[in-house]
Amino acid sequence: MRIVVLVKPVPDPGEERLGDDGRLDRSVTAVINGNDEYVLEAALKLVEAHGGEVTLLSMAPAGITDPIRKALAMGATRAVLVSDPALAGACSWSTTQVLAAALRTLEYDLVLAGADTSDGGGGVVAAGVATLLGLPYLSHARRIEPLDGGVRVERLSAAGHDVLEATLPAVVVGTQLLGEPRYPSLRGIMGARAKEIAVRTLAEIGLADRPVGGAHATTALLAARQPAPRGSGRVVRDPDPVAAASAIVDFLVERRAL
Amino acid sequence: MRLPAGGRCYDRRVVAAPALGRLTDDQRAIRDAVRTLARDRVAPRAAEIDRSAEFPEDLRVLLAEQGILGLPFPERHGGLGADLLTVCLAIEALSAACATTGLILAVQVLGALPLLLAGSEEQLGRFVPGLASGRDLIAFALTEADAGSDAAAIRTRAVRDGETYVISGGKRFISHGSVASLVTVFAVTDPEADRHRRISAFVVETASPGFSVSRLEHKMGIRGSPTAELAFDEVRVPAANLLGAEGDGFGLAMRTLDRSRPGIAAQAVGIAQGALDVAVAYAGQRRQFGKVIGEFQLVQGLLADMDARTEAARQLLYTACEEIERGAPDAGRWSALCKLVAGDAAMAVTTDAVQVLGGYGYVDDFPVERMMRDAKITQLYEGTQQIQRLVIARALLARKP
Repeated sequence: MRIVVLVKPVPDPGEERLGDDGRLDRSVTAVINGNDEYVLEAALKLVEAHGGEVTLLSMAPAGITDPIRKALAMGATRAVLVSDPALAGACSWSTTQVLAAALRTLEYDLVLAGADTSDGGGGVVAAGVATLLGLPYLSHARRIEPLDGGVRVERLSAAGHDVLEATLPAVVVGTQLLGEPRYPSLRGIMGARAKEIAVRTLAEIGLADRPVGGAHATTALLAARQPAPRGSGRVVRDPDPVAAASAIVDFLVERRAL
Repeated sequence: MRLPAGGRCYDRRVVAAPALGRLTDDQRAIRDAVRTLARDRVAPRAAEIDRSAEFPEDLRVLLAEQGILGLPFPERHGGLGADLLTVCLAIEALSAACATTGLILAVQVLGALPLLLAGSEEQLGRFVPGLASGRDLIAFALTEADAGSDAAAIRTRAVRDGETYVISGGKRFISHGSVASLVTVFAVTDPEADRHRRISAFVVETASPGFSVSRLEHKMGIRGSPTAELAFDEVRVPAANLLGAEGDGFGLAMRTLDRSRPGIAAQAVGIAQGALDVAVAYAGQRRQFGKVIGEFQLVQGLLADMDARTEAARQLLYTACEEIERGAPDAGRWSALCKLVAGDAAMAVTTDAVQVLGGYGYVDDFPVERMMRDAKITQLYEGTQQIQRLVIARALLARKP
């Protein structure tokens, strides 16, 4: 099974800050978006069990390769990084078009993506990619299993889960219930240096002179501000569940929430 | 105050920025990966390992799975073929969270070095894959009850009998002696020979009949690392397990220590850094007289000295690793220098860390009292600090003008 995992380098959670232009400062330490690590883990488990390989696909500034390298160290085979100066300030719609165009240049059976990202948090790109490519879209997966020529997904629902099946190729968006991502092994880290990160420009994925990128953003950032820091939360820890529950009730009554 | 016992003593945001210039990309990536693992998986276990004094088998498995135990072994036998500095970076990162866990790798290096230095290709092929995968642990058995610093005075005997040697005697203070499946044993093969040609080295499988663990020590620090007394009651070892030639043992033991002492220095640097990180975090939060204690210059002085000692020891360690790796003729001097300086730094820095935390440092709500107890061993094992000085002075005096 050939799986493409969409991965996004994001500012290390907790270190995010806004630059003078109101955009996210992307010069701080970048890491792979947390949700993406969960679907990468699921992809690695699938190819370990059923054969195949995992390709990472990312859109990011060319200098940001450390997080991609780490994802390769976890076990992906290669990475494709779409990088173009024109993409600075791209909106979700641009990102969607870019990833769809890049996917047209790749061979795959399954595209996996995380539910959303810790920086933008839109959560719409994977659905858009599936729409542009005319592929089945299976969201909120807590379990992914291959079928003959297809894929079966357990999709989280309010009442439990739905079982969805689709033919391949398909786009699946996973949740953290897929399972904790692995730590890259030292062998993986040393091996990752030799793996290919193919950098592609917009022209190379057939989007030259197309209305994508910062200059064609369909959304505009009007203002951004850092929220006021929240007071520290209170965690009730009591081995006696009844005492713990009444402590919480007292807390809520005190604040007239009950 | 939000620092749980044995908890986040290695928070990324607390660690002083390390000098990166001398490390390769691989070394940096490996160090960072081990550091993340130490922070997430090892640090939360450290207090319990100390309290229960039980060998952390779960962490041995983790180090094996992550390839950390494979670092020192050649690639052709399943290892990662890392250089000495890289191995030390891993020991340092683990020890900052838990000295017992850092020692799992350091002892694996110590026990395997005689094999790596003198083993035949057949012996390497037989023993190294199990060690590199982390399935097997290997201990180093030189010290005896009456032969510590005076290692040449050991009395355990190995007598040749056809295609086997029969080993009889006892060993003491053997790290991992009760959890290893292999032990590198030094025994007298020729009592009549010159003092430094009496001894030979053997790889002994601990499943052999006649091998037993006669007791475990109750220790002040590194409490999760089992230190065993071993009894050899006519243990038969194939002659094929003799490392090098008969009589090579003492020289092999000394060459082993030349390469293994940096591992202990790395453990010491890690312990010191772990204690410094806790002290800095504490000094930034603890309020007395209306301000955080880090604003008081007497506390600042302690922290600055701790950082200076730790960083100096670290840089000497890294230099020693590079010198030893390039085959410097005075490798023994470099390894003694770095262990001497790092062991003393660890003791001083952890003691100061307890001082910064005051009464809170003396109780086990915080990890620094454990780190102080753990630090002491780095001044004792693989040669006391006094022996390191002898090694250094002898190297100096042997130099031709």
